[in-house]
Amino acid sequence: MQTNFTHHQSAHCENGVASNLLKNNGLNISEPMVFGIGSGLFFVYLPFIKVNHAPAISYRTLPGQIFNKLASRLNLKIKRQKFSSAVNANKALDENLKNNIPTGLQVGVYHLSYFPDEYRFHFNAHNLVVYGKTETDYLVSDPVMETVTTLTHEELDKVRFAKGAFAPRGQMYYPIQIPSNVDLKSAIIKGIKNTCRDMLAPMPIIGVRGIKFVSKQIRKWPVKHGTKKANHYLAQMVRMQEEIGTGGGGFRFIYAAFLQEAATILNNDELKELSKEMTQIGDSWRDFAVEASRIYKNRSAKEDAYNAIADELLSIANREEIFFKKLKKAIS
Amino acid sequence: MEKEHVPQDKSNLTKNNVKELLYATDENGNYTTSLSTGWEPKTIALSNSIEEINERIAEAKMQVEKGEVSPICYYMEVNKMDLTILSSYVGMWKWRVKRHFKPAVFAKLSDSILKKYAETFDISVAELKNIKTD
Repeated sequence: MQTNFTHHQSAHCENGVASNLLKNNGLNISEPMVFGIGSGLFFVYLPFIKVNHAPAISYRTLPGQIFNKLASRLNLKIKRQKFSSAVNANKALDENLKNNIPTGLQVGVYHLSYFPDEYRFHFNAHNLVVYGKTETDYLVSDPVMETVTTLTHEELDKVRFAKGAFAPRGQMYYPIQIPSNVDLKSAIIKGIKNTCRDMLAPMPIIGVRGIKFVSKQIRKWPVKHGTKKANHYLAQMVRMQEEIGTGGGGFRFIYAAFLQEAATILNNDELKELSKEMTQIGDSWRDFAVEASRIYKNRSAKEDAYNAIADELLSIANREEIFFKKLKKAIS
Repeated sequence: MEKEHVPQDKSNLTKNNVKELLYATDENGNYTTSLSTGWEPKTIALSNSIEEINERIAEAKMQVEKGEVSPICYYMEVNKMDLTILSSYVGMWKWRVKRHFKPAVFAKLSDSILKKYAETFDISVAELKNIKTD
């Protein structure tokens, strides 16, 4: 049993699944477009929640939000279902495959057998598409992989019913209605406005102010927690920023690609310039990662080294503040 | 990032032949995608986390051998879990799981509870009771 489905590799799983499912339904929309319209760019620092024994930092919005916002801004209808039992979850998935509907799934990463061991953490907000089934396996299109792959029936059960934060509870989703004409222009503007609002939010742990807050905390880490823990926190931050799925530079390059595409669609040259500026900011995030890696590689935690990267981070935050103010103006 | 500067360093992805996709600009400044085998600063960050986990495992193992904690604690670390994740996998309150960390409490656990832990860790009950000391 196999549905018609074309796999395209993407940087980020949720954008990739959304873009692949929509392309499959005749709506040709790129990954950066999905990310930009769905207002995926974000920053939040949650020191009271620990992920892998370090404070949680996210460079993106909550799982599921990108596709949901995209759908409402383009008037698409997406069906989402969660299940309490694996039996029902499988039945619903098999039913979809029978009806030739490739289906998006939220899954946990820990039991994904095709991932390198080092990448298998308890992270439950991964997305993939199942597009077919054989006697032993499900046919899987994981957008961060170059080609399609498979999971056994048992493995798919495990990843669909992974436990912990953001437990997927077998969640599956697929578009059920796509209008023949979508209004990309107004959707892009809504998406950009939303991102500017998020990044300039007057909340201490969100957006630009969140980045500034982290910069302030980083200075305290070596004194407050000791070298070892401070290095671990820093390494975790870099991982969240650069790991597979971000497209590099904490999603800044995907966002710059989106702005470039948007500039053409909206016929707005200012966005083209802003895209270049975002690329430069992304490069600075990469430089930050390089400097940070020097610290935890040497295992020395001189206070001034921490102060130096905190300064770097603060300067990025200041540039982003100016950037998002300009972006807000450019589309109003 | 310019396409020609997309890093192609050796990483943990290399041995599984996985490449990740990045967005980068071409010579005209237009965005395109490019595959990367890895990037050193990232690889170091990941090895740092893995080392951290290995240290936690070694420490837990020592504590089990000394009789300070039960093997559940050790297997929790081996499976990269923390108390929150473990308690949601076995379907018990955190305080209850925490109690099972005590060797004296662990020794009296019923087979059905032990089985829950063993299934979560993908091992047998016998393996759960006796951790390998190699």
